[in-house]
Amino acid sequence: MARPRVKVPKSASKDEVITIKTLISHKMESGQRKDKKTGEKIPRKIINKFTAKFNGTQVFAVDIEPAVSANPFLQFTVKVPESGEFEFTWLDDDGKTYSAKKKITVN
Amino acid sequence: MSKRIKVLGFGLTALAMCGLSYSAVVAEPNNNQLMIDGKKITTNVKAPKGSPFEKLYSGWRFRSAETQKLQSDDFENPGFPLVDLGTELWQKVDGSAGKSCASCHNDASKSMKGVRATMPKMHKEIGKVQSLQQHVNYCRTERMGAKAWKWESNQMLGMAAYVGLQSRGMPVNVKIDGPAKAAHDKGKKLYYTRVGQLDMSCAGCHEENFGKMIRADHLSQGQINGFPTYRFKWQKMGSVHRRFKGCMKNIRAKPYKVGSDEFVALELYVASRGKGLSVESPAVRN
Amino acid sequence: MKLTKREFFAFGGGAAAFVALGGMPVGASAATDEVKKLISDFAGGKMPASGKVSLNTPEIAENGNTVPVSVEVESPMTKDNYVASVMLLATGNPFAGVATFHFSHMSGEATATTRIRLAKTQDVIAVAKMSDGTVFMDKKQVKVTIGGCGG
Repeated sequence: MARPRVKVPKSASKDEVITIKTLISHKMESGQRKDKKTGEKIPRKIINKFTAKFNGTQVFAVDIEPAVSANPFLQFTVKVPESGEFEFTWLDDDGKTYSAKKKITVN
Repeated sequence: MSKRIKVLGFGLTALAMCGLSYSAVVAEPNNNQLMIDGKKITTNVKAPKGSPFEKLYSGWRFRSAETQKLQSDDFENPGFPLVDLGTELWQKVDGSAGKSCASCHNDASKSMKGVRATMPKMHKEIGKVQSLQQHVNYCRTERMGAKAWKWESNQMLGMAAYVGLQSRGMPVNVKIDGPAKAAHDKGKKLYYTRVGQLDMSCAGCHEENFGKMIRADHLSQGQINGFPTYRFKWQKMGSVHRRFKGCMKNIRAKPYKVGSDEFVALELYVASRGKGLSVESPAVRN
Repeated sequence: MKLTKREFFAFGGGAAAFVALGGMPVGASAATDEVKKLISDFAGGKMPASGKVSLNTPEIAENGNTVPVSVEVESPMTKDNYVASVMLLATGNPFAGVATFHFSHMSGEATATTRIRLAKTQDVIAVAKMSDGTVFMDKKQVKVTIGGCGG
């Protein structure tokens, strides 16, 4: 089960550039490993896409390959023009999506 | 940093097993300081009386700056999703008695404060020294009427990390006298006994040669104040017993089982060698 | 067999068997052609220039499973002049692709950090594409330590 964690400041001044950190627990099975017992390749299962939206507009996204470490960590910045809500989404190879929301107040 | 080349007389077995090369580099533990959320974590302390060391160093001091950084912020520490799981499980009712951990122990930040620093310790009902995991499972099976968690399950790791976190920054202070003496002595014996095809003991690396490079790896004192620990090698969190198993496999010995009396005794003895270092659970290592 | 004068031991090649990179098998690596093609596709056939992009990697990674990497691109990050995306490549992995960051003018700064898997010592490449289509590149070697013990 994937568990997302995000760190967004609770408040910021107008047009301040804030730093966001996200981490989601995920094995990031690369598709390169072999099962020690059967000798067969373990199928790939990774988080392949991350998006960050602010008030509905995409502000940052990442296409992710198996070479990103287990429990993918991402840090990036956003310039916040107004109060609102961030929505973060992680897309799994199996089609599941995981999401987290955080509000920010702009003074 | 001083770099010296030293030569070793090492057994033929080891030579055959490893393709030994006769060189080693000394790299002292680094002098960085660990702060987490503005709170100082003691990673270096004067050794207590009777210690084979002059100074104790947390394994954190032997890691690179990049690895160290990941432990200095709980949002960068990849062990924290399991702490979140532990936080949820603390409140979750499970088993026939309809209880959660919180039903009896209330607020973990108060009731569990200091607990990790004294583990492993005597369990009165069981009648022997037990690791934190065994204290948890006793509550689950005997008080909650719930199933025991497996040693390396996410639930158990999460709970151990969550309980451990309540003592973060507090000095390790295990009891080794009275009813704990037998386990301590057994652990000490295990620590100094050479085992496996490579005929090595814990002390051979972690007491006599800490600070040196074992090929590409920087040998630590083998302190366990950070467990459960997130390791890059495992790509997840793991228990100290899992770590013991890894060491034993490396020296081509047959590892004891997680939760065995041997590993509990060894855990107690090794913990006692780190008295005064801060609890770091959940630490981050390579 | 006694280890009386045991100052230290350093394991040789055999010790590599102690270590297994969880993510990637060591040995196979992305062909140079694959790297060239990925860059060419990303850059729309342009040759990336040097400058503007800074790739920040450790000189030595303690474990190839988790190597912190950050990238920073000089840009005013306005509506008409911003960094559109940055592609990260690991030239010595079985597949060179690592991640592609998509920025916007709302990013404020063109900077991102992640953690990556490196199967062995190799060059990591960052290619940045600006909103006007110009392309810049930076390259850093990361030494990946294989060996030691580490149970």
